[in-house]
Amino acid sequence: MEKLRRSMLFMPGNNPGMLQDAAILGADSIILDLEDAVSLTEKDSARILVRDAIKTIDYSQVEVVVRVNPLDTEFGPQDVDMIARVKPDTLLIPKADEEEIKLVDTMLDKIEKEEGYLAGSIKIIALIETAIGLATVYDVIKASKRVVGVLLGGEDLTSDLGVSRTREGEEIFYARNKVATACRALKVDSIDTPFTDTNDYEGLAKDTAKAKSLGLTGKSSINPRQIEIIHSVFAPTEAELKHALRVLEVMKEAEKEGKGVCSLDGKMIDAPIIKRATRTVEQGAKLGLIRDEGGAT
Amino acid sequence: MKITKVAKAGTLESNDILIMVMPNESGKVELELESIVLQQFGDVIEQVILHKVKEMGVEGITIKAQDKGALDYTIGARVETAIKRAF
Repeated sequence: MEKLRRSMLFMPGNNPGMLQDAAILGADSIILDLEDAVSLTEKDSARILVRDAIKTIDYSQVEVVVRVNPLDTEFGPQDVDMIARVKPDTLLIPKADEEEIKLVDTMLDKIEKEEGYLAGSIKIIALIETAIGLATVYDVIKASKRVVGVLLGGEDLTSDLGVSRTREGEEIFYARNKVATACRALKVDSIDTPFTDTNDYEGLAKDTAKAKSLGLTGKSSINPRQIEIIHSVFAPTEAELKHALRVLEVMKEAEKEGKGVCSLDGKMIDAPIIKRATRTVEQGAKLGLIRDEGGAT
Repeated sequence: MKITKVAKAGTLESNDILIMVMPNESGKVELELESIVLQQFGDVIEQVILHKVKEMGVEGITIKAQDKGALDYTIGARVETAIKRAF
């Protein structure tokens, strides 16, 4: 079954203690960061440490994502070349645009061939954090079959747009909509920007709920303490699950009776409602919230 | 292969190790190790450091290591970084 990406936890790439603990903090994905969390003088050190951590530590229960440096810096190509050879699940490409994704795709083709890895097995998540990246996000995703998701980088994006970042996040409303829509259209995950105040749990819950309501499928985080709240927001509630299961039940009965249209509690059940219910039930199943016989636990 | 200058890598934070390497004229590998777990793991830490130096084919090197409870992968990574910085 496909793994969930409700939460993606950033971990600094040059900190051995944090790399050791990363797998057991509860996040669906961990992002071992070689970019912003590492100073310019320690890029070489972090690259080697992350490579050896991936070779040594048991990360089998999480998705291992490595954020490399931008490809137009001296560090980015070296990061891709060294890290891809130890086969992380996914590379997170900063300041992504179409050209950059195509470049990484070509580099990965070569490395996978040289190392004897299955072609296309290393995936890509595009970090959309520039105006050009956002404006062309659909093409960025289409630039490689490896792209399995988009992470929206709110801080850099608002900086590029020349606007202030606020707790309410109205300034990234359009970006969230655009990313969520493009990702849904191309059936990849859309991950929201982190909520940077790690002591404001209420703000985190609201911000996560807002992202979910706009169609984003997960949220990145910068502190392990944020993960539980993110998961609770992205999990379907018991009421949502029960309703979804009833929708599917009514639909099956209608199909048996040869009815094209059916209703539940006086409301018409049509294709979009069935699709949403199917998605909710699938997510419930992934999270183990549904018993084998199909009832909500 | 010989290193040409003094270089260091790592930190003195817990779970890490600070490695300083410098060229020497003896042609040998010399190691000075301090560790918070010297009694229990001193031999293993030494082995990991010397194995990495050998793997990289370096001779005529003095290594000063201050360990704060680093795992093997960290020790190897820091030694490799310090040596690469010292060429």
